[in-house]
Amino acid sequence: MSGFPTLLRKEIARFWKVSFQTVAAPVVSALLYLLVFAHALAGRVQAFPGVSYLEFLIPGLAMMAMLQNAFANSSSSIIQSKITGNIVFILLPPLAPAELFLAYLLASIARAMAVGLGVFAATLWIVPLPVHHPAWALAFAVVGSGLLGVLGILAGIWAEKFDQLAAFQNFLVMPLTFLAGVFYSVQRLPPFWQSVSRFNPFFYAVDGFRYGFFGQSDVQPAASLAFATCTFAALSLLTLHLLARGWKLRH
Amino acid sequence: MLAVQARGVEKRYGAVRALAGVSLEVPEGEFFGLLGPNGAGKTTLISALGGLAIPDAGTLAVMGHDVARDFREARRAVGIVPQEIVFDPFFTVRETLEIQSGYFGLRANGAWIDELIERLGLVAKARANMRSLSGGMKRRVMVAQALVHRPPVIVLDEPTAGVDVELRQALWAFVRGLNEAGHTIVLTTHYLEEAQQLCSRIAMMKDGRIVALGSTARLLADFSERVLRVKLERGELPPSLAAGATHEASGAWRIPIVDVAHVEQALRALREAGAGVESIEVAEPELEQVFVKIMHRDEPVPFPP
Repeated sequence: MSGFPTLLRKEIARFWKVSFQTVAAPVVSALLYLLVFAHALAGRVQAFPGVSYLEFLIPGLAMMAMLQNAFANSSSSIIQSKITGNIVFILLPPLAPAELFLAYLLASIARAMAVGLGVFAATLWIVPLPVHHPAWALAFAVVGSGLLGVLGILAGIWAEKFDQLAAFQNFLVMPLTFLAGVFYSVQRLPPFWQSVSRFNPFFYAVDGFRYGFFGQSDVQPAASLAFATCTFAALSLLTLHLLARGWKLRH
Repeated sequence: MLAVQARGVEKRYGAVRALAGVSLEVPEGEFFGLLGPNGAGKTTLISALGGLAIPDAGTLAVMGHDVARDFREARRAVGIVPQEIVFDPFFTVRETLEIQSGYFGLRANGAWIDELIERLGLVAKARANMRSLSGGMKRRVMVAQALVHRPPVIVLDEPTAGVDVELRQALWAFVRGLNEAGHTIVLTTHYLEEAQQLCSRIAMMKDGRIVALGSTARLLADFSERVLRVKLERGELPPSLAAGATHEASGAWRIPIVDVAHVEQALRALREAGAGVESIEVAEPELEQVFVKIMHRDEPVPFPP
């Protein structure tokens, strides 16, 4: 028997035991954004025809919360284990690099899904959303949170101190998720920023996810999914390679 | 079957040569001591054995399984108790052991976990969160964690550093029991008295090398001696005794003797010389003496077969 199911269960238990902080808190933040932006910008931003700004915001905010929490889950788990030293209990058993990778990745996706469902459950009272293409929505939810879960694994392995991880989070993950077209349609941006946005892989996750709800998006969903999936696959291969070499974990 | 086999293991951390070519064999069932000053490379060697460090050169095997090529089998065969006290603050003692057991792919391991909890005196704490445990209790849990998969080889890296007398004795009784049950024990400690009592064979390390290796009895015979410690209140040490004797800082003389019969001769010599004896004792060979002698010598001891 492999140790993988236990590691996965433990990683899920780790965030679930403190779900007030790891699931409820991000749902509340998303709701606050929703309240503030919906009131401040309602009527000034028209994103898609036939879709109110409030409706437009919800999937984007849910996706932003999912991306950020997927990153937070794997990165904080790994850095905490490294700094407290209890990572030895994971490195000593016969767990293969791919097993470590998958357990952290799936736990990140699980937390992202819990947060995303929380946001939708909470906003259901405010405005019920149409769901035109649930399969597309699910595909983008998985690939988007997977992408950030892998990035979290990489950052957690790379960082030696909490402030290095915080820098990664504040200067890379936050700006990229914030500027992923959560609050606006990139079509509204000046051409320069429009093309910059197209280099941001998180933008495709948000845009494609929104397509699942409204059947409208800035970019073809298939193209978005292909781009997000390729980024995800490339980062996964890199991470697996580094794990197999024991980079920064096995000294 | 060799429990542990190291061949030419080298490891460098920047400018520091933590292991400068270590070769070592520990047969199955042995109680083996790995001694040396801080920074000698003991922990690096243990880390390499458990896959926590990757050597630059050389090979390591546990129960015949190469730690790199055959890492799953090698890691199943060894249980390592790390030197630093570490724990996961999210879980209770029992959860910690169940999780550790699961990492080794063991599902129905409850009976053995109960036994470990019982034998390590953790029953009252089984449902307590790891955070709430004292250092000594955390150490016990770490020992239990290293044993959840019943490894044939058990490595303890300074398990008694900062541990009170009672736990130390309980731990040694437990480890001795494991050894008697057939487990190979590899131990590092700075308490040389403990090593002398427990270990049947000892390796001493210095600057990333093994500088002495042999059975405990052999090392004691070669590098330590039984001495008669005599403190005189008046008179001089007769020349017949003074020849091989050394003077201690405390003012006592250390007179080498081979066996107890020599005590009588020495006493007679003292009486005949008219010396007054203030105190007298026979000191048995000590590993500490062996250790100090070996650490202050430059050339390594040729390994006995």
